[in-house]
Amino acid sequence: MNLKSWGLYPKIKSKVFPLINKTQLSKLLSSNKEFIPYGNGKSYGDSALNENIIHTKKYNFFLNFNEGTGLLHVQSGVTLDEVIEVFLPRGWFIKITPGTKLITVGGAISADIHGKNHHIDGCFSQSVEEFTLMLGNGEIKTIKKNDELFYATCGGMGLTGVILDAKIYLKKVNSKYINQTTIKTKNLKHTFEVFEKYQDLPYSVAWIDCLSRDIGKAIVMVGDFRDDNNLDYKKDKNLNIPFMFPTFVLNKFSVKLFNYLYYKKAPKRIEEKKVSIDSFFYPLDKINNWNRIYGKNGFTQYQFILPKESSFQGLQEILSKIASSGKGSFLAVLKLYGKENKNYLSFPIAGYSLALDFKIEKGVFELLDTLDEIVLKHGGRMYLAKDARMSKETLHKSYPKIKEFLNIRKKYNLTDKFNSLQSKRLDI
Amino acid sequence: MILIIGAKSDIAKKCAHEYAKNGYNLTLASRDILELQDFASDIKIRHNINVILKEFDITKFETHQEFFESLEKKPFGTIVVSGYMNEQSICESNFKESLKTINTNFTGAVSILNIVAKHLETKKEGFIAAVSSVAGDRGRASNYIYGSSKAGLSAYLSGLRNRLYKSNIQVLTVKPGFVNTKMTAHLDLPKKLTASPKKVASDIYKAVEKNKNILYTKWIWKYIMFIIKSIPESIFKRLNL
Repeated sequence: MNLKSWGLYPKIKSKVFPLINKTQLSKLLSSNKEFIPYGNGKSYGDSALNENIIHTKKYNFFLNFNEGTGLLHVQSGVTLDEVIEVFLPRGWFIKITPGTKLITVGGAISADIHGKNHHIDGCFSQSVEEFTLMLGNGEIKTIKKNDELFYATCGGMGLTGVILDAKIYLKKVNSKYINQTTIKTKNLKHTFEVFEKYQDLPYSVAWIDCLSRDIGKAIVMVGDFRDDNNLDYKKDKNLNIPFMFPTFVLNKFSVKLFNYLYYKKAPKRIEEKKVSIDSFFYPLDKINNWNRIYGKNGFTQYQFILPKESSFQGLQEILSKIASSGKGSFLAVLKLYGKENKNYLSFPIAGYSLALDFKIEKGVFELLDTLDEIVLKHGGRMYLAKDARMSKETLHKSYPKIKEFLNIRKKYNLTDKFNSLQSKRLDI
Repeated sequence: MILIIGAKSDIAKKCAHEYAKNGYNLTLASRDILELQDFASDIKIRHNINVILKEFDITKFETHQEFFESLEKKPFGTIVVSGYMNEQSICESNFKESLKTINTNFTGAVSILNIVAKHLETKKEGFIAAVSSVAGDRGRASNYIYGSSKAGLSAYLSGLRNRLYKSNIQVLTVKPGFVNTKMTAHLDLPKKLTASPKKVASDIYKAVEKNKNILYTKWIWKYIMFIIKSIPESIFKRLNL
């Protein structure tokens, strides 16, 4: 079977084993093969790809919910989408959600995902009370906050075992709407100022026009849940991209045009409006298979983060490099982050992160290698859930707690049992 | 409340979702309720309804009365999904297997539905749906032990419908053709004629809502079986079906 990652790159033929129950999984793991768990295939790169894949999405029972505390116990294949559909009408929402709700809870833990509220609420692991993990020998461990396996598994990209079920806290909300304020900025300095000014609001994100001559010109969107007791939530109908776009559709000119129109769309300098949670948090989920617009060769998303003190300088350098390369980036998302957590491989540090898509084409990998150097020089790093191409040297230099991670892999005999194309490329 | 008998089967599980989605509380009856616990929690949380698990063996006829009496709330609707099918050749040579087939598909259903019918007759509202099979429409060499047990069930339901009509009780005979389930996992079924358990469940829900008597699912089986039933016996006996 050909299971793909979201970037459609790289491609690999794999054997897919669905996770059915604990007994079956432990039997499967006792074979002499190596495996990697795979949730809903929304990580961009090669972190959930290998020859043998444990497909967890159908392992998706809701096991318990405590109305008093908001603690939800689910099997790892439950998607955030399902949680929202069931619980938003009852006044609960996911505490930490990324820009897509089409990911599993197991995947959210493994990538220790973050969202528009990182500067206030941190990563997904923050909302996790505990989870159970099956190690390579079939042993099931209950992992709690402060356990070494908690630090290794949250952000550990599935390399510490198979997450079976998890208890996560939901947050109380009283609306299906967000009060969103949109601010147009003139340049990078202005964008930074706007982020800092609105940092008490829980959600913030900026769309940057990378190809503009005014470096860092952006549309910043900030917001919070309304308090209007309107919880009558139903999923929007989705559009679909039914076929692969030819690879030439997205080029320097079409992307420039898109960015121009997008910037133009926000009419005033500052605008407030009521928007649905789906259009605020998940604008791209509305289009199924949007990854097909990049064509059959696929794409890679480049997401890096820089410490606050070097963010301005570093972003200037990187954005001008990208602008002069003329390589099209459909999406460029900038965001302010809060404190780093204790997990060994979690991506966020206090600072700014930028995420951009690059169509796989000639010269892209060379460009990204150059960008890596700038990121490293400024003390930053790249996000493993997006990565399909960084070098092992880059990773080992930029994640200082990689040693602790590798020690855990050894200590629990995980090194030969759980591997992805990414873990082999990065030697982790 | 809706009572689902034989709740571990794929069709039963989808029926449970279908009724839960529409706001009904459920009692799920099965031999092995331990295995249904996570399924029950899931359905309870997803649809915000109550689910009760009850141990029940359709072939232990003597326990059925007590089972029904032990239900704190009596069902408005009862759906019997229990079924057993082994290979024809095994059933032919092993009477135990024949008996198990008949007792699960026919005798057991008669036993529990007699009790349910008596209760509903006093209530003057409610429904009974039972999953029979197109295999019960005509006996064929390849599957007639199973087929005759389902034929018995279909005839029973038809009589029951006739009796309960006066009491305003609906009786639905469900006749699935091929269905993708655990029971048929080893068979290579033609895609166009094969329904998913989810489709069967939503067809059952709709047929109950519309007060139907007999449901073929997929619908095309109604016409396939019409043709098969119309073949004269003198020709039919020579066929290889």
